[in-house]
Amino acid sequence: MFRKLTLAAVLAVSASTAFAASEAHVEDYDFSFEGPFGSFDQNQLQRGLKIYTEICSACHGLELVAFRTLSDEGGPMLPEDQMRAYAEQYEVFDQALFDGEGDFRTAVPADRFPGSSLSGAPDLSLMAKARAGFHGPYGTGLNQLFKGMGGAEYIASLMTGYEDPPECAPDDMDGSYNSAFAAGGYPEECKYEDGSHKYPGSWIAMGQPLWGEDVDFDDGHANDLESEAMDVAAFLMWTAEPKMMARKQAGLTGVLFLVVLSVLLYLTNKRLWAPHKKKD
Amino acid sequence: MGGIPHDHYEPKSKATKAINSRLPIIGLLHDTLMIPTPKNLNWMWIWGIVLTFTLALQIITGIVLVMHYVPHVDMAFDSVEHIMRDVNGGHMIRYFHMNGASLFFVAVYAHIFRGLYYGSYKAPREITWIIGMLIYILMMGAGFMGYVLPWGQMSFHGTAVITGLFGAIPFVGESLQTLLLGAGAVGQPALNRFFSLHYLLPFIIAGLVIVHIWAFHTTGNNNPTGVEVRRTSKEDAAKDTLPFWPYFVIKDLFALAIILAVFMAVVGFMPNYLGHPDNYIPANALATPAHIVPEWYFLPFYAILRAFTADVWIVQIVNFLSFGIIDAKFFGVLAMFGAIVVMGLAPWLDTSSVRSGRYRPMFKWWFALLVIDFIVLMWVGARPAEYPYDLISLLGATYWFAYFLIILPVLGVIEKPLPQPATIEDDFNAHYGPKDGGSATTPAE
Repeated sequence: MFRKLTLAAVLAVSASTAFAASEAHVEDYDFSFEGPFGSFDQNQLQRGLKIYTEICSACHGLELVAFRTLSDEGGPMLPEDQMRAYAEQYEVFDQALFDGEGDFRTAVPADRFPGSSLSGAPDLSLMAKARAGFHGPYGTGLNQLFKGMGGAEYIASLMTGYEDPPECAPDDMDGSYNSAFAAGGYPEECKYEDGSHKYPGSWIAMGQPLWGEDVDFDDGHANDLESEAMDVAAFLMWTAEPKMMARKQAGLTGVLFLVVLSVLLYLTNKRLWAPHKKKD
Repeated sequence: MGGIPHDHYEPKSKATKAINSRLPIIGLLHDTLMIPTPKNLNWMWIWGIVLTFTLALQIITGIVLVMHYVPHVDMAFDSVEHIMRDVNGGHMIRYFHMNGASLFFVAVYAHIFRGLYYGSYKAPREITWIIGMLIYILMMGAGFMGYVLPWGQMSFHGTAVITGLFGAIPFVGESLQTLLLGAGAVGQPALNRFFSLHYLLPFIIAGLVIVHIWAFHTTGNNNPTGVEVRRTSKEDAAKDTLPFWPYFVIKDLFALAIILAVFMAVVGFMPNYLGHPDNYIPANALATPAHIVPEWYFLPFYAILRAFTADVWIVQIVNFLSFGIIDAKFFGVLAMFGAIVVMGLAPWLDTSSVRSGRYRPMFKWWFALLVIDFIVLMWVGARPAEYPYDLISLLGATYWFAYFLIILPVLGVIEKPLPQPATIEDDFNAHYGPKDGGSATTPAE
């Protein structure tokens, strides 16, 4: 009986990480870092950094990320001279300068990215973890468990989710219609009688940031809208979870070690109890 | 210690004699470790060691985290991210601690339902049970306060909701809420005192764990048959038991290693699965999350809290009878705490003379329904408070109370139990002993 109950309990635990059934469409993109053995694609992270630098950073900050980490293992792994040169593009405010009154100076690797320059634009450092809450179906968390869906899928879907607004919507809606964005305004005209939405998504304040071919890559990598969306989503997954590679490595080592330990303990236990469990 | 007759420690060397005559600590450790343990214990008796391990894990990782954490509203969130990004191994320590709380509650729920099924709460183990319930309540307190410390959106607004529960108590509620928060609203004073208490509670839990173990070492372990170890002589007792070391230590460590392999996979591969994404957004008093959901281990009781709304007739009757003092909100709070209190009163509510559910044909089904009820409540606890979830939680909450207040007392009177084995030795031999010596009793599992 307990075995069955334990199974049921495991299912319930997955069910309980439940969140509101989001009324938005999130595409299940395949990222290289999904699953226990998945890892970041270093080139993709560098492309994502370039997209962030040329497009997103106009409004959004990354204030939890230090420039030096761009060279860390398991990240974009920029060569150190490139990382230093990258940091030097930025100016940071240093309170220690100008006799304690503070002044701007050129950034060094130990500094962090600046915060958002547009008020109302959230900082992107942790977005890939903060926006992972669209577990379906029925809040069971199964999509996250079996399909590896998370915040990166959400970000890529958001980038590609700008579409022409549905016909039912009035022309004076604030913002842009986005099929992946659930938290914005939604017109009464586009609801069914029971209040459910006829179309996924809602209206988002941010105008469409990526259109395809916004950035050119030195190696000639594809820069259509979907590729760019995935690249920047992967980069933001790294900024949110910079130690993901180290964590998976530790997890794998730990699981293997514990499996071996369990086998040894199983054999010890069997031998220990054998004299007391005679079947003859 | 211990009512079960067994050999006590006799110091042999000069040194151990000298120590033990001054402080009998070697004897205490020896007798604790060599305690006679029913040899038919099954795999549901491993959770105690898992819980002890997890308590140690939480205390050790917690002490390291405190070395880097800053309990200040402007710095708490960033200091956690500092741990995640800059502290050597900090991301692993933090994820161990965060998921350790989930491991703790998985184990404690398995442990509690084990006790409920095999009647471990019944005489003479009521004190063990009550202390266990106290530990469980302190664990919930520690879990809740720990969740506040990262000072994310869910930390902040969860604190507002949970302390608001105390605000629902008539007359003293508002003062009590202010006392808990140290101010009129959630802020720096609340963070400071929750941090202080979050550090304190685990050590109180550790103390209670020692008393918990002391109590059941005095009464002896329960076992799957619920039949007591023979205490007529040392020889009889020895037929029913084996010493804790090495037999049960190795068995429990084997189970612990498997459970930790699963735990390690969760920490390594999906450490945020059981958490709430909104807690990666810094606390903001002005933006309330769309759905404030507690951690999974609170959900069954959260569902009971929300089940009793103002349109439920029993709430209306109580409201009328108490001249409006007990409104729907306070009724919900009473129900939530009451759900734990009735569980604590199980030793006196269960009238059956048979301890183990294995020999109780009707009880078995009601118990299975209770477990399903618990799981369903956990699920609806995370759903929005609207139809049909409100109805499901009301039904679930009603069954929870009915199980303890009606079914347990009535079953003991109307149920005809199955024959129990005469001794633990008989039960053990039925599984493992010589083939001709097996008794007719087959296990329920």
